[in-house]
Amino acid sequence: MKKIFSRPKSIKKAIFHYCPGCGHSIIHRLIGEVIDEMNLQEIIIGIPPAGCAVLAYNYFDIDMGEASHGRAAALATGMKRALPDRVIFTYQGDGDIAAIGTAETIHAASRGENITTIFVNNGVYGMTGGQMAPTSILGQTTTTSPGGRKEKRDGFPIKLSEMLAIANGSAYIERTAVNSPANILKTKKAIAKAFRVQIQNLGFSLVEILSPCPTNWKMSPPEAWKWIDDVMSLQYPLGVIKDITEGR
Amino acid sequence: MRGNHILGEAAIRAGCRFYFGYPITPQNEVSEYMSERLSKIEGGVFIQAESEIASIHMVIGASMAGGRVMTSSSGPGISLKQEGISFLSGLELPAVIVNMTRGGPGMGNIAPAQSDYFQATRGGGHGDYRTIVLAPNSCQELADLTYKAFDLADNYRIPVIILGDGMLGQIMEPVELPPEIPIKKLPHKDWILSGAKGRPSRVIHSLYLDTNKAEEHNWKLMRKYEKISKEEVRWEGIFLEDAKMIVVAFGIAARIAKGAIKRIREEGFKVGLFRPITLWPFPYQPLKEMTKKVKSFFVFELNMGQMVEDVKIGLEGNGEVYFYGRPGGVVPTPLEISRVISSQYYKKKL
Repeated sequence: MKKIFSRPKSIKKAIFHYCPGCGHSIIHRLIGEVIDEMNLQEIIIGIPPAGCAVLAYNYFDIDMGEASHGRAAALATGMKRALPDRVIFTYQGDGDIAAIGTAETIHAASRGENITTIFVNNGVYGMTGGQMAPTSILGQTTTTSPGGRKEKRDGFPIKLSEMLAIANGSAYIERTAVNSPANILKTKKAIAKAFRVQIQNLGFSLVEILSPCPTNWKMSPPEAWKWIDDVMSLQYPLGVIKDITEGR
Repeated sequence: MRGNHILGEAAIRAGCRFYFGYPITPQNEVSEYMSERLSKIEGGVFIQAESEIASIHMVIGASMAGGRVMTSSSGPGISLKQEGISFLSGLELPAVIVNMTRGGPGMGNIAPAQSDYFQATRGGGHGDYRTIVLAPNSCQELADLTYKAFDLADNYRIPVIILGDGMLGQIMEPVELPPEIPIKKLPHKDWILSGAKGRPSRVIHSLYLDTNKAEEHNWKLMRKYEKISKEEVRWEGIFLEDAKMIVVAFGIAARIAKGAIKRIREEGFKVGLFRPITLWPFPYQPLKEMTKKVKSFFVFELNMGQMVEDVKIGLEGNGEVYFYGRPGGVVPTPLEISRVISSQYYKKKL
């Protein structure tokens, strides 16, 4: 019998701690597949965040260095400048990148740092128990927005990817989701493209991935997938937001 | 050369190729020097970051990649860097951090001060940790200790703080600069992140969710700190042979004290100077040795009294401690200090 599906070489044989239905597991696997297919395992370094994915360094069989909350883009900047021929990526959640790490991220993009950011947007602070995130949508109930997020009290959700697209130094920004087989395949393509943009030294690349958090959304996994389609992607439309390689 | 330029040149000669800064007075000459110098060296990297927080995390990234790396700031900027300094400590990464201290708290002012002694010697950020703290008192020593700081940082995988002050950075003195180390001759690091080529993948992390593992990590750090405390204590003694009273001071305050002591020794006052060069590890034992012959200690600092606590710890109750401080960026003259010392000397009927 022919083996047609197996664990990517760059993913360790470990049991993921992620909740059932969580998008992180899928996204880890996609990154692992891309690393294998692009043959990057020996030259790639990952920067996991503070948040649910902090333990990513237990799952990827590649060099990884921990960043404190929000500082991944700055850390990756220092690392990439020291190792310009390696591929450096940060893996960050919405609280990490769009609240505490906004300045680091915008400036890394503005400098055109040749790094790639995987921005996992699930609209909540998952690790700390489901508090309101900068990306929580209006009306979304979280542990710190009881009764739903209200703009007068809580402000509006931030569209960080669109903000980053304005930066002259950003080269490729796409928003995808991992809530259907088709979207999962698109996400994988986007990750591969982001790494290629980095390898070609074109500037900052980022893939924002709308990712289900059934536990904190208090939904079943199928409901969470549907919620991304019906609600979340209206606030955060899927598609390419910026691509300087178009037409090249 | 000016102190801040000397610091930059000594760092480059020690193999520093990465500098990440953010403007703040009175240390801007360090950034300016590094931007000029590093742009002319192959592999040299200078970034003016968007904040002190970003700059210290760029330091972490370059350090993980194995580079010799430095950042510099002053008071308020060092407060912002504390998050990164705690991480450097937990991650066991080498780095050199310069604090050309200004008056505080808050915005304070841009005049020379020593008010960040506690922050530097007690860790400064969250968690149980120490950083090596070097306190030069001349441009020559600034060059020598900056050069040495990179070796200490690499040997122990620890952040090293150079605690200067606004005056040290601005004064101009002739110096003999140390020789340039070729990057290829720097010691090999077998822990860095460079891509898992021909070796198992590596992880550098400070998170230990298992409390037993976290405790072991803390004890490991503790053993390192104990080793440093045994092997890296530095201090200088002047006029100690016949001293009946010892002035304890560090950095630029020690220099002012030295001038004051020279002046009153001519009048017959038998006063010596004990100058800690490493503020952590503090020279507790050598200071205690002094109490075999001397019982009167005069601590002079440009703050409201911080190192004086270490002096008291070191003396273990053997000797009287008198403190004189000028906070807020005030720099007294040797004449003023000589008067305070001599009046205390009279009072004690020495």
